Amino acid sequence: MNILIDNKSGAPIYDQIYSQIKNQIIGGVLKEDEMLPSIRGLAKDLRISFITTKRAYEELEKDGFIYTLPGKGCYVAPKNMELLREENLKKIENNIDEIVKLAAVCNLTKQDIIEMVNFSLEEQE
Amino acid sequence: MNALEIKNLNKTYPDFKLDNLNLTLPSGCIMGLIGENGAGKSTTVRLILNMIRKDSGSITILGRSHECKIELTKEEVGVVMDEVGIPECLTVKQVEKIMKNTFRSWDENEFRRLINKLSIPENKQFKDFSRGMKMKLGTAIAMSHNSKLLILDEATSGLDPVVRDEVVEMFNDFTRDENHSILISSHIVSDLEKLCDYIAFLHKGKLLLCEEKDKLLSEYGLIHCTAEALQSLPEGAVRFKKENPYGAKAMVLRSKVPASINICPISIEELFVFMVKEAG
Repeated sequence: MNILIDNKSGAPIYDQIYSQIKNQIIGGVLKEDEMLPSIRGLAKDLRISFITTKRAYEELEKDGFIYTLPGKGCYVAPKNMELLREENLKKIENNIDEIVKLAAVCNLTKQDIIEMVNFSLEEQE
Repeated sequence: MNALEIKNLNKTYPDFKLDNLNLTLPSGCIMGLIGENGAGKSTTVRLILNMIRKDSGSITILGRSHECKIELTKEEVGVVMDEVGIPECLTVKQVEKIMKNTFRSWDENEFRRLINKLSIPENKQFKDFSRGMKMKLGTAIAMSHNSKLLILDEATSGLDPVVRDEVVEMFNDFTRDENHSILISSHIVSDLEKLCDYIAFLHKGKLLLCEEKDKLLSEYGLIHCTAEALQSLPEGAVRFKKENPYGAKAMVLRSKVPASINICPISIEELFVFMVKEAG
């Protein structure tokens, strides 16, 4: 498993861990029921705070990507199609947020954005 | 369990007052104490170790009050102060002999391992050690008697960047065990930024804040913009600003700044300097 932390990117570190593990689960790099590194071990290996890795694991568990066996460790949860769809919807929402942010920087109106989306949809067809 | 609990601690000197200090270090965590010269870091450490008497308040180390059998507690506490107090004429071998008879839980193999790892010369007398060597020996002793808590006061000062990185890594590895904790004070904020789970700012004897490091870094940010643009930000967004004729730089609360403005990550060092200036 690879996890790359970028201190300069501005994205919270727990979020970087969360999304990299998540992507590896969704992408099938991490297999169902595979054991993940311990929270403390991962923190020490990455040289980051263990509170941060704990938070990343908690979010992963909350979102159903991993499960915990008390006293043993954390494991990759079985894949759930509903969850994947949910995940993609979330991604779309995030991208839309990004569009809205950038649009504000460029002073685009609501109408401009809708036109751009329509244009893209037509092109796809 | 908490490795260290300080409640309502007060100590007054004619020209300095440690004012109602409250700190909690959970077991398994590393806390960095940051403060300018004379902020009260060393006073706090000396109070914890019962080297000076407090005026009021309570201190609990590893579950015991610091006034009750401190010599037993000190078996489990490794301490490195900014000066390592070892008689000048001793060599490492002689120091080892003394420590073996001082600490009941002295771990000879661990000491050997650290001496080799840190390449500390064995046959030189302590007075011929460089400052870095002295600090390394102090650190090796502190980590060789099965300590559960390390208290480090300026332990990385005087070390070159490469050795500092090694020592910081040793401290990092020390807390792989969830029963091990570290309280470390330093001027070298970048070391603490690499190492700590919690950061505490001391300023003129007062605790400015004590917070999870990553939470601090995600809460605050820096923006570079014009002075007018700064004016237009919502109230409460700007915590501190520096202006020059060509623009401004400000420490901001990320949550209050509109998403369209580009916020850069802030370092703990910048955060500390801004907060101390804000506090005046």
